[in-house]
Amino acid sequence: MSIDTETARKVAHLARIRVEEADLPALAGELSNILTFMEQLNEVDVSEVEPMTSVTPMRLKRRADVVTDGDMQDKVLSNAPDAREGFFAVPKVVE
Amino acid sequence: MLDLTFENPKPKVIAGALHDWELVIGMEIHAQVSSNAKLFSGASTGFGAEPNSHVAFVDCAMPGMLPVINEFCIEQAVRTGLGLKAAINLRSAFDRKNYFYPDLPQGYQISQLYHPIVGEGEVLVEMGPGVARLVRIERIHLEQDAGKSIHDMDPNSSFVDFNRTGVALMEIVSRPDIRGPEEAAAYVTKLRQILRYLGTCDGNMQNGNLRADVNVSVCRPGQYERYQATQDFSHLGTRCEIKNMNSMRFIQAAIDYEARRQIAILEDGGSVAQETRLYDPDRNETRSMRSKEEAHDYRYFPDPDLLPLEIEQAWVDGIAATMPELPDAKKARFMGDFGLTDYDANVLTAELDAAGFFEEVAKGRDGKQAANWVINELFGRLNKEGLAIEASPISAAQLGGILDLMAKGEISGKMAKDLFEIVWTEGGDPAEVAAARGMKQVTDTGAIEAAVDEIIAANPAQVEKAKANPKLAGWFVGQVIKATGGKAAPATVNELVNRKLGL
Amino acid sequence: MTSNTLTIEAARNALRKREITAVELTEACLAAAGASAKLNAFVHHTPDLALEMAKAADARLASGDAPSMCGIPLGIKDLFCTRGVPSQAASNILSGFTPEYESTVTTKLFADGAVMLGKLNMDEFAMGSSNENSAYGPAINPWRDGLTPGGSSGGSAAAVAADLCIAATGTDTGGSIRQPAAFTGTVGIKPTYGRVSRWGVVAYASSLDQAGPMTKSVRDAAIMLGAMAGHDAKDSTSADIAVPDFEAALTGDIRGKKIGIPREYRMDGMSDEIDVLWRRGAEMLRDAGATIVDISLPHTKYALPAYYVIAPAEASSNLARYDGVRYGMRATLDAGDGITDMYEKTRAKGFGKEVQRRVMVGAYVLSAGFYDAYYNRARKVRALIKRDFENAFADGVDAILAPATPTPAFEIGKKSGNPVEAYLNDVFTVTLNLAGLPGVSVPVGLSASGLPLGLQLIGQPWQEAELLNHAYVLEKSAGFVAKPAKWW
Repeated sequence: MSIDTETARKVAHLARIRVEEADLPALAGELSNILTFMEQLNEVDVSEVEPMTSVTPMRLKRRADVVTDGDMQDKVLSNAPDAREGFFAVPKVVE
Repeated sequence: MLDLTFENPKPKVIAGALHDWELVIGMEIHAQVSSNAKLFSGASTGFGAEPNSHVAFVDCAMPGMLPVINEFCIEQAVRTGLGLKAAINLRSAFDRKNYFYPDLPQGYQISQLYHPIVGEGEVLVEMGPGVARLVRIERIHLEQDAGKSIHDMDPNSSFVDFNRTGVALMEIVSRPDIRGPEEAAAYVTKLRQILRYLGTCDGNMQNGNLRADVNVSVCRPGQYERYQATQDFSHLGTRCEIKNMNSMRFIQAAIDYEARRQIAILEDGGSVAQETRLYDPDRNETRSMRSKEEAHDYRYFPDPDLLPLEIEQAWVDGIAATMPELPDAKKARFMGDFGLTDYDANVLTAELDAAGFFEEVAKGRDGKQAANWVINELFGRLNKEGLAIEASPISAAQLGGILDLMAKGEISGKMAKDLFEIVWTEGGDPAEVAAARGMKQVTDTGAIEAAVDEIIAANPAQVEKAKANPKLAGWFVGQVIKATGGKAAPATVNELVNRKLGL
Repeated sequence: MTSNTLTIEAARNALRKREITAVELTEACLAAAGASAKLNAFVHHTPDLALEMAKAADARLASGDAPSMCGIPLGIKDLFCTRGVPSQAASNILSGFTPEYESTVTTKLFADGAVMLGKLNMDEFAMGSSNENSAYGPAINPWRDGLTPGGSSGGSAAAVAADLCIAATGTDTGGSIRQPAAFTGTVGIKPTYGRVSRWGVVAYASSLDQAGPMTKSVRDAAIMLGAMAGHDAKDSTSADIAVPDFEAALTGDIRGKKIGIPREYRMDGMSDEIDVLWRRGAEMLRDAGATIVDISLPHTKYALPAYYVIAPAEASSNLARYDGVRYGMRATLDAGDGITDMYEKTRAKGFGKEVQRRVMVGAYVLSAGFYDAYYNRARKVRALIKRDFENAFADGVDAILAPATPTPAFEIGKKSGNPVEAYLNDVFTVTLNLAGLPGVSVPVGLSASGLPLGLQLIGQPWQEAELLNHAYVLEKSAGFVAKPAKWW
């Protein structure tokens, strides 16, 4: 699989990682290299195989419908780069 | 059970400049599951708390935090599925829907794309007596709600609150079976009614506990029937999705605006772009949501923090065994058992509490009379005071007591209304109140007879007129009741007047 | 000999006999850790906390009712969230992050009286096999300056090998416990997936991540695993299965057991020394009374590509939360920068190159049009790899013996140029993570250049006790006692 710079740009944006224009060709090359490595998987006949859903089959755990958590605004906000008036603040979002 | 022979309503037709157009509408309803705690955390779902106070570490996606599902939310989804006559999937699974947004702390929403918990069901949407649309439900899945971004607290920043993050939602997806704005609103109303009956969602639209995404497209008459015959979507127009509406009025206005917008584009020779739009109620228009268009590739994949959800048929059966009577069945029963009209039955079953109130009043009494009193006197008065049925100052037993006094002939209809007023404001047992206030109509024929004789004797001219025109006998009835201070039983007076006048 | 060189077993016995106090033991470790800057193993020192915990442990020891881990000074991999102590997963994007909560594993260890000395270096978000992908710079192998201790639990392996602590926690997503253990002459076990809670451990690839102990002996691994393991209601993938007494299972008797030697693990590029070591290991187990059988795990070759689809896919989603909003770093923004600029700049600045690469690869393999070709296919291959093992165990194999790594520890910088070449380090270890099986790395010999070499034993699901007993036999037979000469 060969990744072109345009695809590399799209993937970087999808992952929300800023990649400078000049670095895109190198990134495309690296990604191509890795994806080519993965293409060995095409040699395997998987036509009769169900994808693995859980490593260790067991019943999904459940919790009871009881309020046991929360009421700790200070702890929730304590690591925030920008917290104001009980909220997390981010650059203005335009909807 | 309800008679299921009904006629389909006519689709809404909008006349364009060139020709007629029809609407095709599908809806995704996001209904907040009624539960104490969130879908995957132990934080409260309570509304209106301090920002970020109903937040567990997993809700704000702290590193290393993991989800554990709330069993009651699963139960609620199953109950909803059963209420919509839907297939329950004993094996479902959770997927991650990946996108970046400040109110989505994990960077993904846990949802159920590939294997929803509930499959195909249906909702019967009545548009009038004998006219109804059967809207097919495609699926219901469980998912996490997002947080709330506030954009108007600071000129340069948006503020984010995660209280809502992770609250359980049921996304109820319909097929494109809805054919007009009124039908769309009726569908939401009916769905909301069912959810409230089931107790799986409180349906509070103002708080955003029930929101609708509406997919709207337009087509030429005849195209929809071709789609129905083939299930081939290419017969339909390109749809736009209007996001996140929480009022019946807005839903209708948005659909109407959007349909006209699309028609204008098409008649102008253009083509409708498939996109997500937002309805602006202030301007009554929809506009493109660019922020949503950008991140279109959601990269769904099974959530590796959660195993597939397997439930047992016996557990589902246990939930089915405790299902309440649903609106359609209740309405049919009210019509059958109490002889109510379609209209009255609709009014009385709209809300579960009101239906329960009515039933308590009607039990062992005249159903039609009970319906009249509940609808006209009680609902009228509650509306006037802006009260909900739960807050009614008069109980079903009290209202029933008033009706009983009337049925026994102890009080007249007029007295009953007065008594209603007194019990409403002052409370008390109606029989005791009536007794204490001397509210008792006179049925003693002797006393009434004397009054009748007296009035007949005093008004010979009127007697002649009444003999010529029996309708005028009512004047004597009124005079007699007046003379007895309103206590004479009208039926008795009527009978005596007629006899004495020889009518 | 100072007390920091003790094993858990020896320290426990000395503590219980009051031959040494937990405070003394902790001070010895703190001194060793404090003088180990060249190894770059410890990245956050917590001496005050350590002494406070040691004092509490001494009180408990004095009362005569102390668990095995009581008073044992540990290093904690930086991937574990520790309350009030920086927990960065060796990433700049989590710089300054101080959790308000304690991971289940550390909670359990501390509840047993274990002492935390500080946080240990690692590859950023556990992505790497050489500890070079670290915001703190690489940890160094105590066996020789300039060599990698392996990764991602490189700091843990280096700290245990250099006696900076008695033992350490590690995590293993594709070999991150076993490979560094093999590179440093220490013991490391990756338990069955679901045996140890993942709650509070920064996630790399959720379906593969599993924490385990890194120790100086098999018995220590058994003791410490017993303290780490157990059902956790807060982790939906944690198994509600009783934890046996792993130490009591170390009988040294493996007579009649059947050991499988997978022929597909004999692959190109494996060094002759490793090949020889593997044969010797098999002989040791045979001499102890086990039967050695040739087995086939036909899909082994596809484990690595399957892993490098699945792990990045999960990682791309798991790491989406590092966005500069709620914790950690937020990039300095220019005037007019919007929310997307904040995300892109923060993640470009905060994530190292390898993390960026894997996050992007993961986004790609999950993206529209490629999901089936890559991700779903990899999940199917994963099912086949698991089936290979199930078939082998169904044929009566009790454990499987394989190399832990294709080579001894290599020089830092040697494999950083080509990501795919670096991935090949995990060739013998990733299969277990894909299948969810337990595996233990045991030092068995020294290479010609004097570097430790390890072998790996693979067990059946939930049979860590039996697996450790096999490892115990191998350890005894190999008699590996070499220690790195102190140069740092």
